[in-house]
Amino acid sequence: MSVAKEFTKGLWNEIPPFRLVLGLCPVLAVTTAAKNGLGMGLATTFVLVFANLIISLLRNIIPRKVRIAAFIVVIASFVVIVELVMQAYFYPLFKVLGIFIPLIVVNCIILGRAEAFASKNRVVPSIADGLGMGIGFTLSLTFLGAVREIIGSGTLFGHPVMWESFQPFSVMVQAPGAFICLGLILALMNWISVKQKKR
Amino acid sequence: MYEYLLLLIGAVFVNNIILARYLGNCPFLGVSTQLDTATGMSAAVVFVTTLASAVTWILQTFLLTPFELEYLRTIAFILVIATLVQLVEMFLQKSVPVLYKSLGIFLPLITTNCAVLGVAVLSIQNEYSFVKTLVFAFASSIGYGLALILLTGIRERFAIAPIPVHLRGTSLGLVTAGILALAFMGFAGMAH
Repeated sequence: MSVAKEFTKGLWNEIPPFRLVLGLCPVLAVTTAAKNGLGMGLATTFVLVFANLIISLLRNIIPRKVRIAAFIVVIASFVVIVELVMQAYFYPLFKVLGIFIPLIVVNCIILGRAEAFASKNRVVPSIADGLGMGIGFTLSLTFLGAVREIIGSGTLFGHPVMWESFQPFSVMVQAPGAFICLGLILALMNWISVKQKKR
Repeated sequence: MYEYLLLLIGAVFVNNIILARYLGNCPFLGVSTQLDTATGMSAAVVFVTTLASAVTWILQTFLLTPFELEYLRTIAFILVIATLVQLVEMFLQKSVPVLYKSLGIFLPLITTNCAVLGVAVLSIQNEYSFVKTLVFAFASSIGYGLALILLTGIRERFAIAPIPVHLRGTSLGLVTAGILALAFMGFAGMAH
C-alpha cells in the first residue's frame, strides 16, 4: 500500500460522506452556504490528521479494551484546540457553526478512521489517510454548501451568481433542503458508479 | 407550568432534534429500516439523553463553572456520557435483564449519537435550570423517537414499492426525511 493510494482513496473511492455515509449531522447542518461548509471541513480535517497521527503513534501502547475511550480523549483534545482557535481568530464562523464545533468529537468519520486505520497502521500512511479523508470531506461539504447556496439564496461564497429576476428557493437553506439535496447527490453518485462499472 | 408545556411542545415538534436541529442523523438513517429496532433505539435514546443531561448539568454547575474550567466542557461531557452508557449497560445487564435484552445492542451505539452530547451542550448554552434541562432533554429525545418511528414506518413500505435502482437505500431515506422535515415546518410558530 503506497502512501499516495491512502491519500487518494479519500478523494473519490471512499469519499466521505457521499460514499461512506458517516458523520451526517455537520454535513446537513452547516452547509447552508459554501463558506460554512469549507470552514467546517477544514476544522474536521485538522482534527482528523492530528488524531490519526497521535493514535498511530500510541497504537502499541493503548490497551485494546479501553481503546475507544482513549481515542475519544485524543479526539476531544484536538476538538478543544480547534474550538479555542476558532473562537479567538474566526469569531463570525465560530458563531455560525455553533454547537457543531464541539460535536466534531462525535463525528463518526474521525472515530471510524481511528479505529479502522490509524490504530493498525504506521504514522505516515495514517497521516495520508487522515488528510485524504479530510480533504474529501471538505470538498463534499463545500460542494453541498455551494449547491444549496446557489439555489437557496442565489449566491456563491456571498457573491450573487444568478440572473436578476431569480427567486431564491429559500427552503433549500433550511432543514428539508439539506436532506433532499444530500439524498439526490447520493443518487447521482450511485448513477455515476453504475455507469463506470458498465464501461 | 405553561412555560414547561411550551418547552415540551417546542422540543418535540417545532425544533425537532433530527428534522430541525440536525442532530443524531447517523443512527436515524442506520436503524430506520425495521420498526422494532427503531422502537428499541428510541427507548434507549430517551433513557440515556435524559440521564446524561441531568449528570452533565450537575457537572457543569458544581464543577466546571466554580473552578472556571469551561474550556474542558467538551472533553468532560463526552467522557461522562461514555462512562454513563457503560454503567447503564452493566446495571441493566445485572438487574433488569429483560430491558437489557431489548436495549442492549443499542446502548454502545449511543455514545457516538450526537443527539446526546448535543442536547447536553444546548441545555448549558441556553442556561436552563435543572428542571428545565430535564424537561428539554426528555422532550427532545421523545421528538427523536417520533421522527425515527415515523421514518421507519414509511421506509418499511419501500420494500414492496418499485424504486429506481439509483435511489435505493440511504438516498431515498434522506429524501423522505426531507419531506418529513417539510411537514414538520408546519409546526413553526406554535412554540419555540
